[in-house]
Amino acid sequence: MIKKEMIAMLLAGGQGSRLGVLTEKVAKPAVSFGGKYRIIDFPLSNCINSGVDTVGVLTQYQPLRLNTHIGIGIPWDLDRNVGGVTILSPYEKSESSEWYTGTANAIYQNLAYMETYNPEYVLILSGDHIYKMDYEVMLDYHKANKADVTIACMPVPMEEASRFGIMITDGSGKITEFEEKPEHPRSNLASMGIYIFSWPVLREALIKLKDQPGCDFGKHILPYCRDNEKRLFAYEFNGYWKDVGTLGSYWEANMELIDIIPEFNLYEEFWKIYTKGDVIRPQYISSDAVVERSLISEGAEIYGEVYNSVIGADVTIQEGAVIRDSIIMKHTVIGKNAVIDKAIIAEHVQVGDNVQIGVGEEAPNVLKPAVYSFGIATIGERAVIPDGVKIGKNTAISGETTLEDYPNGELVSGGAIVKDGE
Amino acid sequence: MPVAGSYRSIDFALSNMSNSHIQKVAVLTQYNARSLNEHLSSSKWWDFGRKQGGLFVFNPTQTRENNYWYRGTADAIYQNLDFLKQSHEPYVVIASGDGIYKLDYNKVLEYHIAKRADVTVVCTDAKEEDVTRFGVLRMNEDYRIEEFEEKPMASTANTISTGIYVIRRRQLIEMIERCAQEDRYDFVKDILIRYKNLKRIYGYKIDTYWSNISTVESYYKTNMDFLKSEVRDYFFKQYPEVYSKIDDNPPAKYNPGSQVKNSLISSGCIINGQVENSILFKKVYVGNNCVIKNSIILNEVYLGDNTHIENCIVESRDTIRANSYYCGEDGIKVVVEKNERYAI
Repeated sequence: MIKKEMIAMLLAGGQGSRLGVLTEKVAKPAVSFGGKYRIIDFPLSNCINSGVDTVGVLTQYQPLRLNTHIGIGIPWDLDRNVGGVTILSPYEKSESSEWYTGTANAIYQNLAYMETYNPEYVLILSGDHIYKMDYEVMLDYHKANKADVTIACMPVPMEEASRFGIMITDGSGKITEFEEKPEHPRSNLASMGIYIFSWPVLREALIKLKDQPGCDFGKHILPYCRDNEKRLFAYEFNGYWKDVGTLGSYWEANMELIDIIPEFNLYEEFWKIYTKGDVIRPQYISSDAVVERSLISEGAEIYGEVYNSVIGADVTIQEGAVIRDSIIMKHTVIGKNAVIDKAIIAEHVQVGDNVQIGVGEEAPNVLKPAVYSFGIATIGERAVIPDGVKIGKNTAISGETTLEDYPNGELVSGGAIVKDGE
Repeated sequence: MPVAGSYRSIDFALSNMSNSHIQKVAVLTQYNARSLNEHLSSSKWWDFGRKQGGLFVFNPTQTRENNYWYRGTADAIYQNLDFLKQSHEPYVVIASGDGIYKLDYNKVLEYHIAKRADVTVVCTDAKEEDVTRFGVLRMNEDYRIEEFEEKPMASTANTISTGIYVIRRRQLIEMIERCAQEDRYDFVKDILIRYKNLKRIYGYKIDTYWSNISTVESYYKTNMDFLKSEVRDYFFKQYPEVYSKIDDNPPAKYNPGSQVKNSLISSGCIINGQVENSILFKKVYVGNNCVIKNSIILNEVYLGDNTHIENCIVESRDTIRANSYYCGEDGIKVVVEKNERYAI
């Protein structure tokens, strides 16, 4: 009989609408991060580094990029005869067919997958956090407490606690109460969305709540376990953990990689982060180029100036261009003498010559003021920016734009041009 | 040997084979094979992981009849003759692992068949004055090879062999067996040169980039060629691609104080100092106030603060103490300091 002590279920179906045009065509876990990685590389690498070699990846929103990225799992050593990585997409059933309607519903629809491996424990992960964590240590904690559910938590500043699911524990780590985004938090232990369940407990809860519409871990499964006298424990994690769900936090997390001694260190041999790298060749820095305080990935060619930025693989920065405080993802080309300040530019974008991005004073975005803020200009995948235009702060652009889209050659701060592309 | 920042010299021959749709490749190795075996540990990088064919690595082995190392190129093939005998493919491409070039071997094969040749030798015009480290050949107007000299002391011809051959499998087996019976071991000296009047040996001339890294000077020069945009374009951007093993290194990091000009930098490097006209291989650490000029720093070298390196090749995995000074005065200096590894 095939048996795996612990298998992981990685929720990677979310759209990540707060990343705006970045997730217009790809699911959030497939968004580039740190030059050469994608967000999902972090939980996948954590799995293999923790000895978890069976991972189901649940996809739903725009899965193409994710599927091609993961493939059969070779980069993470997850190509296994037994176990390995399996992409689990919603499928049609004889009696009913539905999309994944909630986090727990997605897991419920894949009960059969989990049963194949006869696990004792199931690890639930989400594909949108940047962190390094040894799940085996968390499992030891789970076993030592004879817990039914262990929830990874981290202390957050009290004033931010109301944005999270908050756990209230007794002295031993046992969870006595929890509240979802409380107005007046009674603790600052925030759930990281990482759970270990003892398999029978999870199985029972999923089946009991199978008719719950939009069945969700935080809203339904955990309360059900609490109400049925299960042992819930909080596993306190004090390492680096970043939710990159907003453009601001995404930008910040990238910038933190540049620090001389970054809090999140990619250069550590012991806990390598693996990814599917499609570019091998070295990067070239020309005689006139200036590169300072930056991360630059394979195959990039820098002829201009780059300060305080994260540059993806196979990016070209042409002569005279000046890039500051920006993130430029794979295969993008920045034209001659372009000046770019505080921008996030997605993959395969063409920025014309003499373009200026990030000019003027901040103004709230006309389309989604809550999404496009932080003073960042965001440009979606495969966008084209014509020569010579000016683009302000808190702006969003997607699709192939032409000069006609820019009144007086300018997209003022807070503006947006969202074209259907192609 | 590592080449052009992120590659090994054998990647070029292997990628050419993969891109020529050759499915079965045997690598014969004996000298310092550990790093090569590690590099070839999986055939997937060159797309050789197939059910039919695949990548084979043959080290010298002891058998009841034979306990020699490979005594020469022909002997290396002879010791693995069973592999050739048990194959079904009609033709064999023989190539060395130290050539840097792109070539579709199918073109050579078409030519080989059209010329009804017994052996086709890929050759090129020597770009440097010194042809004495190559096999030098002279062809008639039909491109049949009439003269062939191995590493001559002086030569007037300037067409050189690249060490790439196409030959019919059965023909090769026959020649190699005969050669072994006569206790001869070298493919060029004992086969090509001896047979040149008897067999139809033809030259196939290439005029694209070809270079060989068999000496320190040529190794240095070949690497430095990659600082030229036309060479980079040819190898890196034009189809087909050159493949290599993927190493999972993070992007290169440029800290305050880094000043990089006209250089190739590979993944995993951390730079705090000045780098000019140089090639940094993977995971090189450059300390504060270092100055590196016209140099090649191989994989995983750690350079302590205030180090000055000019016209040098620094060997892989070395640790150079802070405040060191190395400068190649006339020619290239190879730097090897066997210091304890400094843990970052």
